[in-house]
Amino acid sequence: MSSTTVVTGRKPGVTRLSRGVLQTFLTLMAVAWLIPIVSAVYASFRYFEGDSLENGVFSRPKKLTLDNYREAWRVGSMGRHFLNTMFILVPSLILILFFASIVAFACTRFSGRFNVFWLVLFTAGNLMPQQVVFQPVFQIFKRVPWPNLLSDTDTGYLLGTKVSVIIVHVAFQTGFCTFVLSNYMKTLPKELTEAALVDGASVNRQFFGIILPLCRPALAALGTLEFTWLYNDFFWGAVLLQQGREHPITSSIAQLNGQYAVDYNLIAAASTVIAIPTVVVYFLLQKHFVGGLTLGASKG
Amino acid sequence: MSSSEPAASSGLPRGRRSRLQQLTFSDRVWLKFAIGIPVAVHVTFVWIPALLTAVLSFMKWDNLRPPSSAESVGFRNYWQIFTIFDPKLFPALFNNLVLIFFLGFCSAIGMLFAYMLDKNIRGGRIYQSVFYMPVVLSVAVVGFIWKAVMFHPQQGLLNLVIPGKGIDFIGDQTPIFQVHIPFLDSPLGVTKNFAALLIAMAWRHIGYVMVLYLAGLKAVDPTLKEAAAIDGANEVKSFRHVVFPTLRPINVVVAVITVIEALRAYDIVAALNEPRGTEVMGTLVVGSLTGEGGGRVGLGSAYGMVLFILCIGFIIYYVINNFRQAD
Repeated sequence: MSSTTVVTGRKPGVTRLSRGVLQTFLTLMAVAWLIPIVSAVYASFRYFEGDSLENGVFSRPKKLTLDNYREAWRVGSMGRHFLNTMFILVPSLILILFFASIVAFACTRFSGRFNVFWLVLFTAGNLMPQQVVFQPVFQIFKRVPWPNLLSDTDTGYLLGTKVSVIIVHVAFQTGFCTFVLSNYMKTLPKELTEAALVDGASVNRQFFGIILPLCRPALAALGTLEFTWLYNDFFWGAVLLQQGREHPITSSIAQLNGQYAVDYNLIAAASTVIAIPTVVVYFLLQKHFVGGLTLGASKG
Repeated sequence: MSSSEPAASSGLPRGRRSRLQQLTFSDRVWLKFAIGIPVAVHVTFVWIPALLTAVLSFMKWDNLRPPSSAESVGFRNYWQIFTIFDPKLFPALFNNLVLIFFLGFCSAIGMLFAYMLDKNIRGGRIYQSVFYMPVVLSVAVVGFIWKAVMFHPQQGLLNLVIPGKGIDFIGDQTPIFQVHIPFLDSPLGVTKNFAALLIAMAWRHIGYVMVLYLAGLKAVDPTLKEAAAIDGANEVKSFRHVVFPTLRPINVVVAVITVIEALRAYDIVAALNEPRGTEVMGTLVVGSLTGEGGGRVGLGSAYGMVLFILCIGFIIYYVINNFRQAD
């Protein structure tokens, strides 16, 4: 220690200074970053008229209240919309991860003429702007008969059912997950399945018995990412489910905005409630979250 | 997968042939279904609709009437949206262009943040979480949060900071700057409400790009940076000549993501939508297919194709780049 301080005597001082500057800068930015969230949460506990409207969001509150939450939950039927989201999200998530892992498995572990082509198609399709395809998708769903027994609508067609939203999510998101999983599976040694093959294990067994369990980290990462993306979907829920009461939670906030455009603190309360699941998932599973992004390093 | 090829054909390399022979009939069926079903779903609901949009862009059709009533009109839809009969296309395209440059700038800030956080700053994890937090929120929720507490004319925070009479960030359509294009009747420009929207988008975009770069920076060999420091390179030089070049793969990903996100921006614009000034291609497509003036499927599809053509080049570049790297 003492011998090196002579040589690099100046350096630690300089870095300590620049470190201090960096720390200060980052702290200021972090505070700036939190302002919208903190103000929204703060506003959600205050009355809009007679309080924050007159004095601004950062004034001292006249009274803190939970009324906005009660009102938003009731008027926005948020319980119902949360259920809608779960009914769409859970099947979509399972199907996406299942489809993506079998395609990735089949394309990376077995040679086939079109394997690369399928992967390219999936990756490119995932980046397609949803607005480009939505009109034909809408028209297709409008014409595909669907038994009323299996849906919550009584039109007799797929359009307006949660199944239609699930199908679109699966069609779009399978691409990204296949891409990530195929990259991941390429890193698994070939000997694993080859040994199983020699032992006479069927392809089915190789997949469920060997490859799928090994993909658990990648699946956890993708599951976390896809959870937030599907939960946050605003577009498909709104255009395919025409009846407002069927909308998933994120699309339903738009209705609240239309109906009660005056009370912004009500909207702040609704936004806070809607944000809770994804923020909780993010903080609990941060490792997976960042891992998923870096595995694929792209989001469609 | 290659079960259609005769297993005994002699031209195949040995390893491959033996593997094919080992696959039983049921294995081959399994593999066919494993690829077939997901591909069918994907193609039916992504690529075929894209193709149909291309076809519909040459048709005239009111979607409330049966498809048999559609008639071919050649390039008339395109002619219409590109000429003076339709004053919406160029302002929307201009807004998308502004978005590309603006989000590109935000990506640079995101890279800077990542570079700072990569220096093992105390509490780096906390900073990272804070900057990333807006990304886990729904874009619609981001829109409403900014609308309610930041942009609101009376209670909004920005109006408390900016002196003078309250500014209506959401509704104010007065342009900040305008560009006169010779062959266009009306000047193109950025309105105040669109600028406000950009701030909300930056809030979300920077954190997203930052996380991508953080991962890339972790992969940069620290001995390279040390070597540069010993050779007397300062911070800027070391970044430019050592760190930045090794980030090339991430740069490509971020560049493509930034452009595509800018081109297909929809949610936040729709969430904060006011009739004029903030129109982008995404809202233009949806707006002409639903809502007011709905039923003009031909025009809406033509808008959609413009958006598609703008995107497809970047998508192809990205995919080629990706799969070349993988090989």
